[in-house]
Amino acid sequence: MHIDRLEKKWAGISLGIAGLFVAIILGSALFHGIHAPSNVETIDSARLHLSEEFAEDNLGPQRNPDGSITVRMVAGRYGFYPKTMVLPAETSLTFRWVSLDVIHGVHIPMTNMSTMIVPGYVAQVNTVLHHTGDYPLLCNEYCGMGHAHMWSNLKVVSKAQWADMNNQGGATHE
Amino acid sequence: MNNAMEKKLALVHLWVAFGAFALAAVMGLYQVVERSGFFGFLESREVYYASVSTHGVLMGFVLTTFFIMGFGYYVATSSLKLPVWNKTFAWTGFWVALTGVVMAALPLLGGAASVLYTFYPPMKAHPMFYIGATLLVVGSWFWCVSMIVMHVQWKNANPGQPVPLAMFATTANAILWLWTSAGVAMEVLFQLIPWALGWVDTIDDGLARTLFAWTLHPIVYFWLIPTYTAFYCLVPKQAGGFLFSDEMARAAFILLVVFSLPIGFHHLYMDPEQSHGWKLLHGVGTFIVTLPTFITGFTVIASLEIAGRLNGGKGLFGWIAALPWTNPMVLAMVLGLLMLILGGFGGLINASYAMNAMVHNTAWVPGHFHLIFGGTTVIMYFGIAYYFWPVLSGKPLYCKSLALTQLWTWFIGMMIMTTPWHILGLLGQPRRIDSVNYNNLLTLSWEPYEAIMIFGGAVLLYSSGLLIYNLYKTQIGTETYQGEIEYAEPIHAPTDLPEYLNSFKVWNIVIAVFMLIAFGYPILQFFLMETFGSGRWGV
Repeated sequence: MHIDRLEKKWAGISLGIAGLFVAIILGSALFHGIHAPSNVETIDSARLHLSEEFAEDNLGPQRNPDGSITVRMVAGRYGFYPKTMVLPAETSLTFRWVSLDVIHGVHIPMTNMSTMIVPGYVAQVNTVLHHTGDYPLLCNEYCGMGHAHMWSNLKVVSKAQWADMNNQGGATHE
Repeated sequence: MNNAMEKKLALVHLWVAFGAFALAAVMGLYQVVERSGFFGFLESREVYYASVSTHGVLMGFVLTTFFIMGFGYYVATSSLKLPVWNKTFAWTGFWVALTGVVMAALPLLGGAASVLYTFYPPMKAHPMFYIGATLLVVGSWFWCVSMIVMHVQWKNANPGQPVPLAMFATTANAILWLWTSAGVAMEVLFQLIPWALGWVDTIDDGLARTLFAWTLHPIVYFWLIPTYTAFYCLVPKQAGGFLFSDEMARAAFILLVVFSLPIGFHHLYMDPEQSHGWKLLHGVGTFIVTLPTFITGFTVIASLEIAGRLNGGKGLFGWIAALPWTNPMVLAMVLGLLMLILGGFGGLINASYAMNAMVHNTAWVPGHFHLIFGGTTVIMYFGIAYYFWPVLSGKPLYCKSLALTQLWTWFIGMMIMTTPWHILGLLGQPRRIDSVNYNNLLTLSWEPYEAIMIFGGAVLLYSSGLLIYNLYKTQIGTETYQGEIEYAEPIHAPTDLPEYLNSFKVWNIVIAVFMLIAFGYPILQFFLMETFGSGRWGV
């Protein structure tokens, strides 16, 4: 068997390139906790309205004792509910997404808030939004004829502004 | 050897492939125009999604499967110098697959299967769509059996001899496809068909997506292997040179088969039904499967360099100018490699566990796979067609300069279309939208890119037309042509080849172990935990 010296070198370099990428990915995942949404939690999508967690009154942002915020959202043809929402910047956010019908996907452009929403499962994403402004929530998985009409709105305000709104009893979602 | 029957068998498969391609190319231009919203009278979401579903099935399943079968039959007979084993069996496979295509096409074109070529339960298509798709796959299994039988026949007749590289690659693809299609076959047979026919009421979407992910990555290597086979075994000869290394080519094909299988979860990075650990494991495997492509890039470019220097090219880069740029196969490979470099770069971003969140399901993704599949893989299908058509039809190629124009326009059209497509993804545009209705200023920034994409689509359709016209004129030509497929010789003929580089026995065991590790528990978990299925939803 004949393997050229140059080829052996190149195979080594290729292995090095792939190894470097793998090391960076494993490093960011294992040491910085940067993970894709993967909590493997099931839920009966046909009975969401009867569930404790995703009953209508519980949707949208809720403050946790430690200052972080949990945002519970229901995706259904064709919208993400609640349809409009205000969230604070620079705050630890945990999004919990469920679908009441078919597969959806959601992302907030220019952020890393992205997940598939698979019926029968709860998708959970942890993130921090750094920039204030108006963002769309866009459905990014084909879900039927109205797929391109499936979006909701998010307004990100400063932490202080958000605290004011909540202290005055203002709604952070509709 | 009289191989008139083999020629007919291969040619009929290839015509079905390129017929499907032509129809799908027309749909492609319609889609890019419709979705821009610049022409209001064209807008129809029903037609758009029926078209997208059909375009995907035709390009992804019909063009590829029939091309691979036709190419494989002729590579087998011409490289082994054996008749195709049991021609009735081969034709049966053809008719089963074609029946499947027709069965799937009826609901697709009628808008009753607008669930896209990736199925997406719990949206339900007409059962005929699933049954037709299954028959297409079953038909392709006939081809797999043929290839494996011929491989064994040759080995038995030539004990201890290295199997010709082109056939080694083709058998690798047959084995890869049997493993690959098992995932989607399980999804369709045990989940989709019983559910679509109403025998069971619900479907577990997590399990369905996991089984589809089993197939979703290696299927792209099933499509790619004929292209790599041409890179290694056909182009060096056309360029006037030799293959740089026969052994490394075998190693690359084995690595492709073994490592493309247990890595499908990079399609599920953003999914909730699989956990971190499994995704990371598949993510690491995804980087390992870049190795055979790195090796291929080196070996085939080195082979071109040998050819360029034999043609009189001097200096560090002089050999590039000395390549026969007017040979359609050589041109197709060079353009294909350029697109592979760009597309491969995008692929590394998709494969990166965390970075993927920024591009997942955005317009970046179809931009990526059009560049690397529609670009690299399919442009070599064209190159192969220009080389095979005269041999198979016995008529000289109608017009070589038209072929060169076609390849250049395909490359240019692909660059014009996929560059803005990638940018749209970075600007947040979701994939697979029939119109832009979002109440947000962001969408204004998308418009110029959509306009450029239409131009790219038009160039690509023009290029598709040139291809079909040239092949058709060749077919109906009156002159005769007598030539055979010529395979590139390696500079060093493979001697004392170890059995693991000449057979797949040990590799099948390795694959079985890898698949058990990578998919065993992730599939089993759906039977261990309480899951809630979904009913049937229309589109």
